[in-house]
Amino acid sequence: MSAAPAYSEDKGGSAGPGEPEYGHDPASGGIFSSDYKRHDDLKEMLDTNKDSLKLEAMKRIVAMIARGKNASDLFPAVVKNVACKNIEVKKLVYVYLVRYAEEQQDLALLSISTFQRGLKDPNQLIRASALRVLSSIRVPIIVPIMMLAIKEAASDMSPYVRKTAAHAIPKLYSLDSDQKDQLIEVIEKLLADKTTLVAGSVVMAFEEVCPERIDLIHKNYRKLCNLLIDVEEWGQVVIISMLTRYARTQFLSPTQNESLLEENAEKAFYGSEEDEAKGAGSEETAAAAAPSRKPYVMDPDHRLLLRNTKPLLQSRSAAVVMAVAQLYFHLAPKAEVGVIAKALVRLLRSHSEVQYVVLQNVATMSIKRRGMFEPYLKSFYIRSTDPTQIKILKLEVLTNLANETNIPTVLREFQTYIRSMDKDFVAATIQAIGRCATNIGRVRDTCLNGLVQLLSNRDELVVAESVVVIKKLLQMQPAQHGEIIKHLAKLTDNIQVPMARASILWLIGEYCEHVPRIAPDVLRKMAKSFTAEEDIVKLQVINLAAKLYLTNSKQTKLLTQYVLSLAKYDQNYDIRDRARFTRQLIVPSEQGGALSRHAKKLFLAPKPAPVLESSFKDRDHFQLGSLSHLLNAKATGYQELPDWPEEAPDPSVRNVEVPEWTKCSNREKRKEKEKPFYSDSEGESGPTESADSDPESESESDSKSSSESGSGESSSESDNEDQDEDEEKGRGSESEQSEEDGKRKTKKKVPERKGEASSSDEGSDSSSSSSESEMTSESEEEQLEPASWSRKTPPSSKSAPATKEISLLDLEDFTPPSVQPVSPPAIVSTSLAADLEGLTLTDSTLVPSLLSPVSGVGRQELLHRVAGEGLAVDYTFSRQPFSGDPHMVSVHIHFSNSSDTPIKGLHVGTPKLPAGISIQEFPEIESLAPGESATAVMGINFCDSTQAANFQLCTQTRQFYVSIQPPVGELMAPVFMSENEFKKEQGKLMGMNEITEKLMLPDTCRSDHIVVQKVTATANLGRVPCGTSDEYRFAGRTLTGGSLVLLTLDARPAGAAQLTVNSEKMVIGTMLVKDVIQALTQ
Amino acid sequence: MLDNGFPLATESNILKELIKPPTILRTVVNTITGSTNVGDQLPTGQLSVVPWRRTGVKYTNNEAYFDVIEEIDAIIDKSGSTITAEIQGVIDACVKLTGMPDLTLSFMNPRLLDDVSFHPCVRFKRWESERILSFIPPDGNFRLLSYHVSAQNLVAIPVYVKHNISFRDSSSLGRFEITVGPKQTMGKTIEGVTVTSQMPKGVLNMSLTPSQGTHTFDPVTKMLSWDVGKINPQKLPSLKGTMSLQAGASKPDENPTINLQFKIQQLAISGLKVNRLDMYGEKYKPF
Repeated sequence: MSAAPAYSEDKGGSAGPGEPEYGHDPASGGIFSSDYKRHDDLKEMLDTNKDSLKLEAMKRIVAMIARGKNASDLFPAVVKNVACKNIEVKKLVYVYLVRYAEEQQDLALLSISTFQRGLKDPNQLIRASALRVLSSIRVPIIVPIMMLAIKEAASDMSPYVRKTAAHAIPKLYSLDSDQKDQLIEVIEKLLADKTTLVAGSVVMAFEEVCPERIDLIHKNYRKLCNLLIDVEEWGQVVIISMLTRYARTQFLSPTQNESLLEENAEKAFYGSEEDEAKGAGSEETAAAAAPSRKPYVMDPDHRLLLRNTKPLLQSRSAAVVMAVAQLYFHLAPKAEVGVIAKALVRLLRSHSEVQYVVLQNVATMSIKRRGMFEPYLKSFYIRSTDPTQIKILKLEVLTNLANETNIPTVLREFQTYIRSMDKDFVAATIQAIGRCATNIGRVRDTCLNGLVQLLSNRDELVVAESVVVIKKLLQMQPAQHGEIIKHLAKLTDNIQVPMARASILWLIGEYCEHVPRIAPDVLRKMAKSFTAEEDIVKLQVINLAAKLYLTNSKQTKLLTQYVLSLAKYDQNYDIRDRARFTRQLIVPSEQGGALSRHAKKLFLAPKPAPVLESSFKDRDHFQLGSLSHLLNAKATGYQELPDWPEEAPDPSVRNVEVPEWTKCSNREKRKEKEKPFYSDSEGESGPTESADSDPESESESDSKSSSESGSGESSSESDNEDQDEDEEKGRGSESEQSEEDGKRKTKKKVPERKGEASSSDEGSDSSSSSSESEMTSESEEEQLEPASWSRKTPPSSKSAPATKEISLLDLEDFTPPSVQPVSPPAIVSTSLAADLEGLTLTDSTLVPSLLSPVSGVGRQELLHRVAGEGLAVDYTFSRQPFSGDPHMVSVHIHFSNSSDTPIKGLHVGTPKLPAGISIQEFPEIESLAPGESATAVMGINFCDSTQAANFQLCTQTRQFYVSIQPPVGELMAPVFMSENEFKKEQGKLMGMNEITEKLMLPDTCRSDHIVVQKVTATANLGRVPCGTSDEYRFAGRTLTGGSLVLLTLDARPAGAAQLTVNSEKMVIGTMLVKDVIQALTQ
Repeated sequence: MLDNGFPLATESNILKELIKPPTILRTVVNTITGSTNVGDQLPTGQLSVVPWRRTGVKYTNNEAYFDVIEEIDAIIDKSGSTITAEIQGVIDACVKLTGMPDLTLSFMNPRLLDDVSFHPCVRFKRWESERILSFIPPDGNFRLLSYHVSAQNLVAIPVYVKHNISFRDSSSLGRFEITVGPKQTMGKTIEGVTVTSQMPKGVLNMSLTPSQGTHTFDPVTKMLSWDVGKINPQKLPSLKGTMSLQAGASKPDENPTINLQFKIQQLAISGLKVNRLDMYGEKYKPF
């Protein structure tokens, strides 16, 4: 370190020439002899006022601690400095304190007050480090203080302090486990924390203190899943392994109904991996379709976990990748486990330590799920530079992966390995060949021949290993291999490795009837060298002799007796024992005989062939990636991975009261969609309308009310309408009260509403077609959105001037053919995509209220009935994409004939249009009977300007000049984007493109949904989810140019607010700001 | 930095904030003023939402460098055919930009990248949807991503080795000859070539003459290494000579493996091309 020279020079200066030892590096030894005088120096230095001297002394003391020297007698001198101003000295004092406080408890108490002061420091970093050191001091007396400090820190403003509190929990727990109950309370509180900083640490504390309290996780499960990607890497590892355990207890096994799945649901939901909601949808359909068969349905939360962990396979941290891999291995359905293979193979490129761990896990996985790694076979080929352990593990994997099709390449590879210089590796290769031969019958002969060839290898180790493997192979089909046994018999002269010799002898003894001539000869040779053999060989010689005696006693009787006599006087008691035992069995004596009659059965019983198995075979009962798995033994603190439950525990425990999770709403949305009832009457039955009554329901002149929600009632004109209004109002408030469980309400209320509709009170009827109601920023409303939106067109086109009494059914006929309902699938998919985006958003506090736009501004008059001689025409902006041309604004034109004569041939006459503006005319309306009304849709491309489109409205008899001028808010269409995208886009549209205006929000519009409602009523923008509650974001694109319009409303307390619009089109931006401010401040 | 065994801060930017990395200038300053490398400010980086980036970064010259480094990893059998070859690449960056820049890096052919792993700063969703790397970079040097090029693409190995290593049973001498030559280098020179080979135990010593570069043979570890340097296509480097084998012992039956390492500058073997780099969020022009 560069500090070293500077430091020694320093010291030389301060210590003076009289004590040259001072100049030594503190770590270099020598100066820390157990001389107390030295410590006196240190004490002196600590007592001075100079920080540099104190620092010097502390450095040396810490160096002493690091070297294992006792520095405890300095405790009083050091503790005094805990209040030192110098941060560096302070840090070193802390290090000292943590080390010695336990030994000098009384004195350590002196320092506590300093920490207590530190805990109140305004700086969060100091608060945190005070807590960190305080909790590291292992003094039982201060347990209550620590407990208090942790509790306080757990509710600290700063997430960093809360994180430190989480770290302190296991420390306190290890100091005093009686505090468990209190600590669990703190953990529970911290688990509810929504910041990523805390999540990892608190789960770590949870795992240390109360891993069995799985019930604490329920409420936080979805949050943890959603936060996971943003937690720091170490936290991710802890959370993932905890969630693995959690999922094992809470969800059903995805593999339990494999066979059913294959035929039934496989396509339905495995195909839609990336699209959770879709998956959930098909789950339900599947469930509905075949309730009797009860196919496995994956819990959406289970799916959520799998989906949210998947991106982490791309993490740079090997630990995270491994954690996700084990999660997938333990939790994912068979078809999906494969995704982890690629990432694991990538880890093989890492350091050899990482490789070792990964390969261990791959070896276990490859036994169970061989197919997963087959495409990556070549990645497990051995490199000459690999260390031996890695080579052997790779061999293991290669052997596991070998099958009928790839065995030729694998064997060719093995052949190369045999010539390696690493003998351990060669031996492992031979064993691997043996395993391949037993597993794959087709290549057994090839392998056997290859192994026999190896017998002529010069290296003894290779030969010995081959013999052992051949022995095992021969046991499987001995009859055909007499030749090989003979060959082996010849080898006994050369092979010296005891294990190999023993194997050969055993083989000859076992199959002596196949080699009747050679066997006695081998015994003769062995008898000669018996005394020089190793024990294991001697035992086999006795064995061989006994077997030969039983089969061929004529030739071998003498030899056997000779061998047995030799063995009788062997040094090894095992051999003496065996000899005595064998002799009693085979040589019939006078009295015994009961056993010797069965000796043949005893010795030459048919023996089952050995099974060559991977040593990783049953390792998978340990959780992969754990230390226990690595060691193949249970390590302390290992948490057994529980088995899947038979019955899934209640999934509703994970529901959080506040319906802020898009996912659950998604699910509900699906449900709603499926019910024909809803899609039929959705438009008419929105029970959730707010106080705002729909302008469309009101008389034509009431067109202004649209922009100011809630004022519709007061401005309504006709009396009977007013009554309706009141009714509406009452109901509206009712539904407001019950916003929370709006969905249930929906069901209940629909019948009522229906009844009303049939009582031909079309005022209320058409009013309910309002989708304004859906702005109440409730996610539940949001679910209804796509459904209702897709159905919106007919009702809104149906809505007729209030004065006319026309029943709904009749209106249906009038709906012009050009009015096409917006194609539902497209919308659904966009909003779905948006929902899914919402899911992965960083901040969990988001209410993912991606409100789709509301059906436009209220009616504007195009032609007054006086001027139009009985023909009254007005228009609304429907805010639906115009079917013909996406750049066009679709305008609904409502005609009503209040004259006495039918009006014929309504069409658009030669328009006189400014440059760029174009019109898609509505089809001619042939006739409009007196008292009737009709609606037509036309598209106008305003070319992103607010210039009026002038055109003629012609009847058979007359021509009227009319003009439509769009409010700027109608020139755009909502865009769905995530908060991040929004911020990014906003970043691109700075400077000139940004228009900011300050405003005061009146008291009436401080609540969330009113603001949102007002903004979306003014401009056709989509809400963007936003992390902070006081900020509202909206996004849209202009229809013609497609340029982004981003609107941010930053509401501060006390009504002040700032409105920012970012758009390339500055004119539009300016006008929009003006309009929105007007709408908000009115 | 650990707290009770649990990693607390491992992000290098935070650690650098705590203890400044030594530089020559700082050493000099420290010697004179007696200060140390220990940061005197509180490490605020830990509190940030982007823990990998320090706040308040300032540079007079704003610059960003990206290095695409690719490695071919291949096993080639003795007849010269490729057993397996894969390309592994990394993009290392050195970003020295003021403030909080938001960068996007796009590739001409992102499909090439088969398996990628990112620095946590990279927004995964952008990559999933648009195959664009969008990130707020850490300050200084860091590894932006590492990738794997799918094994399906055939990898053209840019060099070849001709070898002739023979041990004779009777004599105590063996012949040894290797020649290294270029193959499909797209006009680039091959540099930094080193050849290493682990010889069998039976080899006592080797007397070799290289046509260029230097070679060493360690009789204890039996490791032959030959530092070749650049390959001149006109005059291929070769290493010829004899090996003296243990007298009386039979010829070794292992095949020595030859490890060859080389570098080619300015060439991404997978053909990966960077399309463009854009910066958002800051007003200055970085390049």
